[in-house]
Amino acid sequence: MQVNETNTVNTEEKEFTPLIVAFCCNWCSYAGADLAGSSRLSYPANVKIIRVPCSCRVNPLFILRAFQRGADGVILCGCHPGDCHYSTGNYYARRRMTLLFSMLDYLGIEKGRTRVEWVSAAEGAKFSATMNDFAATIHKLGPNRKLRDLRCEK
Amino acid sequence: MQKIGVFVCWCGSNIAATVDVAAVAEAVKGEPGVVFATDYQYMCSEGGQSLIKETIKEQGLTGVVICSCSPRMHEATFRKTVEAAGINPYMLEIANIREQCSWIHKNKEEGTEKAIILAKAAVAKLNLNTPLIAGESRVVKRALVIGGGIAGIQTALDIAEAGYEVDIVEKQPTIGGKMTQIDKTFPTLDCAACILTPKMVDAAQSEKINIYSYSEVEKVSGFVGNFSVTIKKKPRYVNSDLCTGCGACMEKCPSKKTPNEFNMGLDNRTAIYIPFAQAIPKVPVIDTAACLHFKTGKCGICQKTCSANAIDFDQKEELITKEYGAIVVATGFNPLKPTKFDEYQYNQCADVVTSLEFERLMNAAGPTKGVLLRPSDQSHPKKIVFVQCVGSRGQSCRDHSYCSKICCMYTAKHAMLVRDKYPDTDVTVFYIDVRTPGKNFDEFYRRAVEEYGVHYIKGMVGKVEQVDGSLKVQASDLLSNDQMVLDADMVVLATAVEPDPTAKSLATMLTASIDTNNFFTEAHPKLRPVESPTAGVYLSGVCQGPKDIPETVAQGSACAAKVIGLLAKDKLLSNPCVAHSDELLCNGCSTCANVCAYGAIDYVDKEVNDHGKREVRHIAVVNEAVCQGCGACTVTCPSGAMDLKGFANRQIMAEVDAICK
Repeated sequence: MQVNETNTVNTEEKEFTPLIVAFCCNWCSYAGADLAGSSRLSYPANVKIIRVPCSCRVNPLFILRAFQRGADGVILCGCHPGDCHYSTGNYYARRRMTLLFSMLDYLGIEKGRTRVEWVSAAEGAKFSATMNDFAATIHKLGPNRKLRDLRCEK
Repeated sequence: MQKIGVFVCWCGSNIAATVDVAAVAEAVKGEPGVVFATDYQYMCSEGGQSLIKETIKEQGLTGVVICSCSPRMHEATFRKTVEAAGINPYMLEIANIREQCSWIHKNKEEGTEKAIILAKAAVAKLNLNTPLIAGESRVVKRALVIGGGIAGIQTALDIAEAGYEVDIVEKQPTIGGKMTQIDKTFPTLDCAACILTPKMVDAAQSEKINIYSYSEVEKVSGFVGNFSVTIKKKPRYVNSDLCTGCGACMEKCPSKKTPNEFNMGLDNRTAIYIPFAQAIPKVPVIDTAACLHFKTGKCGICQKTCSANAIDFDQKEELITKEYGAIVVATGFNPLKPTKFDEYQYNQCADVVTSLEFERLMNAAGPTKGVLLRPSDQSHPKKIVFVQCVGSRGQSCRDHSYCSKICCMYTAKHAMLVRDKYPDTDVTVFYIDVRTPGKNFDEFYRRAVEEYGVHYIKGMVGKVEQVDGSLKVQASDLLSNDQMVLDADMVVLATAVEPDPTAKSLATMLTASIDTNNFFTEAHPKLRPVESPTAGVYLSGVCQGPKDIPETVAQGSACAAKVIGLLAKDKLLSNPCVAHSDELLCNGCSTCANVCAYGAIDYVDKEVNDHGKREVRHIAVVNEAVCQGCGACTVTCPSGAMDLKGFANRQIMAEVDAICK
C-alpha cells in the first residue's frame, strides 16, 4: 500500500497526462499506425496500442478493464466500413461499441472518453491526427475517476 | 512458469536515438518470467538472430520478446529464428518500439518510458502464450489473373511458362488493355502493337492459359491456396466456338452510330463489333443497347449474314465456379475524364482532347489513319498546346494528390512525334515540373527540347477559350512571371491516371486493402512489393500505383515469380491463431455461428465429461481449416466458451493491465 500512496501523490503533483489505450486491428489501423511512424507523424507518447486481429475481437470487457485499471480514454480503430479484412468484423464492432459507449455514458464515463475511428493502412496522417485530437479531448476532460478499482485509490 | 528472454533492438540509431535501449532491457529484468534481457544493434541481422538462438539454448528459454520494429515487418523472420532454436514459433511476441515509439517521439525520456511499457505488455502477454501448431492445407495448382492488360498477360505468360494453369478474366471483349490503344512507346519509340500483340497471341495459344474475355469476377471465397471464384461470362450473343471472325456481320450491321470506345469516341462503330483488328479472341460482341434486334426485335441481318451460324440472340449469362491457389489483381487504370475541369473547355470544344484521344489521332489504326487532324474540322493543326498534370498533383476535390508518373514522358513523346511528322507545327508544353527519372528518360525529354524544338513553359494554363474556330489559351509563365495568351489549334490534356472503377468492389470481394485513391496496397513497399496484405492475392501493374510499361512488365514478372513460389508448394501452413470453443462452457446457443463470416462453426452432439458427469451436449466446434481468426465469435459468445488462440481474452487483458499500471 505504501507504494500506491506515493504513486498517487506523485501523479497529482505532476501535470495531468492522460493514459490512452488504443485497440488497433492488424490489417488497417495497426498498419496505419506503422505508416504514421514511418512518416514520422508524432502523437502523444501516452497513447499505447494493443494489436488485435480485427476490431470485432475487442471485447467490451477489455475496455471496462482498461477504465478500471486507470485508463482515461479508450479508442478502437478498425478498417473502413466495407473494407474489413474479415468482410463484416467492423460492423459487429460498430454495433457493440455503440451499445457499450451509451452504457458507459450512463455510468458516468463521458462519451468523449470512448471513440471508434476507421483508419486504413494508407492513412498514417489520419491516425496521427486522430490520436492527437483524442488525446487533447481526454486532456480537457481530465482524469477518469469512474469505474476505477477503488481499492487502489486513496 | 515461462522462462522469457527479452531482446531490445537498436535498429542502428532508428530506435537507439530516442529510446535508451539498455534502460529498456534493464527495466524488464524484474518482470515475471523474465530470465534474460539484453540489447543489440540489429536483431534482424545474422548476428542478432544467432544471439537469440544461442541464448534460447544457453538459458533454456521457453519464450522470446523482441522489442524492435513493427511485427508487420519482421514477425515472420523472428518466428523462424526461434523455431530454428527449438521453441514454438508462437512463443514469440514483438513490442513495436520503432514505428509506434522511437519514430514518433522526440523526447528520449518519454520514448524510453513508453518502450518499457510496451515491452512489459509484450512480456505480460507472452507469459500466457501457449505453443500453437499450424494446420496444413492443400494448394490448388491454378492461378487466376484478373485483368488482361499487359500486366495480366505478362504475369499469366510467366506462370504458364513454369507449367501451371492460369485463367485470365477480362471484362472487355478482348484482352490487351490500354496498351492496345497506344501508338508508340517511350523512350524507344517502338510501336506498342508490335510488342503487345505477339504477347496476346502467345497467351491465346498457350495450352496452360485459359482466357475468359467479356467476363467479370462475381464472387470470391476461400483463402490462400484454396480460393473459390465465381466468374460471370457476359453473353456476347455470338457463339465463340462457331465464329470464324470473318467480320461479315459487322459490314452488314445497319446500326452504325455508336461511339467507338476503342477510338475514344472519335469515330463510330456498329452494334455488332470486334474492338480492333488484332483483338483476342477475334469474336464479335453485340452491344444490346445499340442493336436493332434487341431494341425493336425486327433486324437480325447479322444472323442471316453469318455463314457459320454463330449468331445466337438467346445466349444467356453464364456463371462458372472454379478453384484457384492464387489470385493476381491486374485491373489497371483509366485516364481521368476531365469533365469537371471547365477551364479547359473539354466538354464544349472538340479540339480540346485528352492524351489518350490524341494517341488515337496519331495512330495508324486510329480514326484518321494516323493523319493528325483536328476533330472539329478535320484540318491540320498548326499550333498545339499540351497541358500537364490535369487532375494530378492538385489539392482541390476534383484533383488527385499523387503524380501520375507517366504523363511527362508521354507528352514529350507526343510533342516529339508531332514535330517529327509535321515539322511546321508549333508545339508548346505547360508543366509544373518535368519528371523524367528512369533509364534513358531524361535524355528522351532533352531530345524533345533540344533536337525537336518543343517549347517547354513552366506554368499552368488558367483558361481555354474558343474564338472563331480556334482556341485562345491563357497561361502564366512562372519563370519570367508573365501572363500570356497563346493561339492554338488543339489543346491536349495530360489527364491523371485513375485506378479502374472496379478496384473498390474487387478489393472488398478479395478483402485486399486499397488506399485512399483506390490503388491496391502492397504488403510492404520494399519487403513484399507485389503481394497484397491478404495472403494469396498478388498485385501486378497500375492497379497498385501509376507506372509505365517497362515497370508494369517487370512487376508482372515479379508477381508471377511469387505466384509460382506459392503454386510450387504442395501444402501450406495455415494460421493457427483461430477460435476454439470450450466444450464445458458452451451452451449450444449458436450465436457464434450466426456472426461467423466463414461458416467455420458447426454444431455437434458430443458426449462431454463435466467433472465426472458424462452427458451428450449440443456444442459448437470450430473448423480450424476454415476459421480465419477474426474473433467475432469470441465477443458474441454469452457463456465465454469461445476464445481465440494467440489473442486470448486473458492475453489481451494482461496487455491492458500492463499498460494501465
